[in-house]
Amino acid sequence: MSSKANLDQLYRQVIMDHYKNPRNRGEIRNGAVAVNMNNPSCGDRIQLHMVVKDGKIDQAKFIGEGCSISLASASMMTDAVKGLPIEDALELSTIFSNMMLGEAYNGDKFDLGDIEALQGVSKFPARIKCATLAWKAMERGLGQEIDDEDLVED
Amino acid sequence: MNVQEIRQQFPIFDQEVNGHPLVYLDSAATSHKPVPVIEKVNDYYRRYNSNVHRGVHTLGNYATEGYEGARAKVRQFIHARSTKEIVFTRGTTSALNLVAHSYGQQVCAEGGEIVITPMEHHSNLIPWQQLAKRTGATLKYIDLKDDGTLDMDDARRKITPETKIVSVVHVSNVLGTVNPIKELARLAHNNGAVLVVDGAQSTPHMAIDVQDLDCDFFAFSGHKMCAPTGIGVLYGKKELLEQMEPMEFGGEMIDTVELHESTWKELPYKFEGGTPIIAGAIGLGAAIDFLNEIGLEAIAEHERRLVQYALERLNEIEGLNVYGPQERSGLVTFNVDDIHPHDVATVLDSEGIAVRAGHHCAQPLMRWLDVTATARASFYLYNTEEDIDKLVDGLVKTKEFFGHVIEG
Repeated sequence: MSSKANLDQLYRQVIMDHYKNPRNRGEIRNGAVAVNMNNPSCGDRIQLHMVVKDGKIDQAKFIGEGCSISLASASMMTDAVKGLPIEDALELSTIFSNMMLGEAYNGDKFDLGDIEALQGVSKFPARIKCATLAWKAMERGLGQEIDDEDLVED
Repeated sequence: MNVQEIRQQFPIFDQEVNGHPLVYLDSAATSHKPVPVIEKVNDYYRRYNSNVHRGVHTLGNYATEGYEGARAKVRQFIHARSTKEIVFTRGTTSALNLVAHSYGQQVCAEGGEIVITPMEHHSNLIPWQQLAKRTGATLKYIDLKDDGTLDMDDARRKITPETKIVSVVHVSNVLGTVNPIKELARLAHNNGAVLVVDGAQSTPHMAIDVQDLDCDFFAFSGHKMCAPTGIGVLYGKKELLEQMEPMEFGGEMIDTVELHESTWKELPYKFEGGTPIIAGAIGLGAAIDFLNEIGLEAIAEHERRLVQYALERLNEIEGLNVYGPQERSGLVTFNVDDIHPHDVATVLDSEGIAVRAGHHCAQPLMRWLDVTATARASFYLYNTEEDIDKLVDGLVKTKEFFGHVIEG
């Protein structure tokens, strides 16, 4: 694929829409876990708020600063995990990681919806961490160890 | 200075990146390497690879001559008095850490003040911040003026008889500001302090005379001046280096070793524990020859023209904001509209144009500028006005690409 075609894949309309009109942008004041995560190599940062009830993610919102890819990904992630049981949210995160690495993934269990638009990121190795930042924050918020040494919790 | 002839000596330009000729505008991060440097390093490994300072066999002698010959070239290049004042390090970062750990630890043992600036690269900020934490010394910052130059009135207030160390970047890697080193040296010395200079962004681009600058320490990296990565230099005045303790102990740096005591070699070897960076030093020597042949004055003049042209052309782009003073070294840091610099850099990359995007290892300066990140185009002897034209075209395309998104 030409670099122009790759670029069009990277910045698909649905991604730009999430960037311009982010879903779930904001804070949850009461009863939420808050996770700060940043990518020290570029300065992107996200603060993710989640309310977990009865083993499910009841609410998820985020604030932060970053490029189109990181903010669109945060918007899509919060949309996708709302209402999911913790195990499913973590499974979805693994699927997303594999998608970013350009590896095979089985997304049949989930309605990936807009998330699949981010597939193009896998062609841009320098941008993968932008896309995974919010997902790593979600994993951390659910008590998972993060094995990505390039992402730092504030 | 014939730029086209110079470019032919850099094999990296014989390729296309993403289907376009490479436009490399990231030399402030690292420079490319010309054939004479690559060949000199190659030649060392092919013909006389050996350890240095072991004396007896023939190849060892060649290697020692190459390594010490490079030290002599560095001495001449920055006009130090003696090769004893030239310590090879891994780069600017390790040179500055050596000063902070060894000299800094000594003079700040009972507190005192360390004075730096908010425009420091992390490599000239964290070593002092951590030294202050270890010793209880006070870390002070000289204010910046709105245009990104140092407020020298504030420097006169901040540097006091309590000050032990003043450490300042010669040329800012973000703003391009060229700091008044001689004046800072006078201020530091009048108060009994030493002046440390981070020369990573100046040494590749302008003639350096450490005696004229009258700095006490001066650090720079080879890889930003056409030499390989992994080699750098710490210059220090002999009387200061002599009173300093080594930081790394081991082979190469000792005189005699007893079971419970050891003594160190003379300068500069006591700071070069372990097998040194032989190929890197030889490559640095070759890079110095290469740059000298073209002439640092000619390089500086070429970059002055480029940066003026870049500022003119970039000003044509609506919504483009340039940071830093008008009078600057060969780099331009900017943002375009509300487009995140990562997105700018990705679109430019698809056109074969390499720029840096991010915080440039200067997070406190980003906060001072009130931005999270910026894009930066930096120039060197192989760049042309055509490179800048392509950058401008690429930025116009970037604006078109994102324009419909941001404006809706």
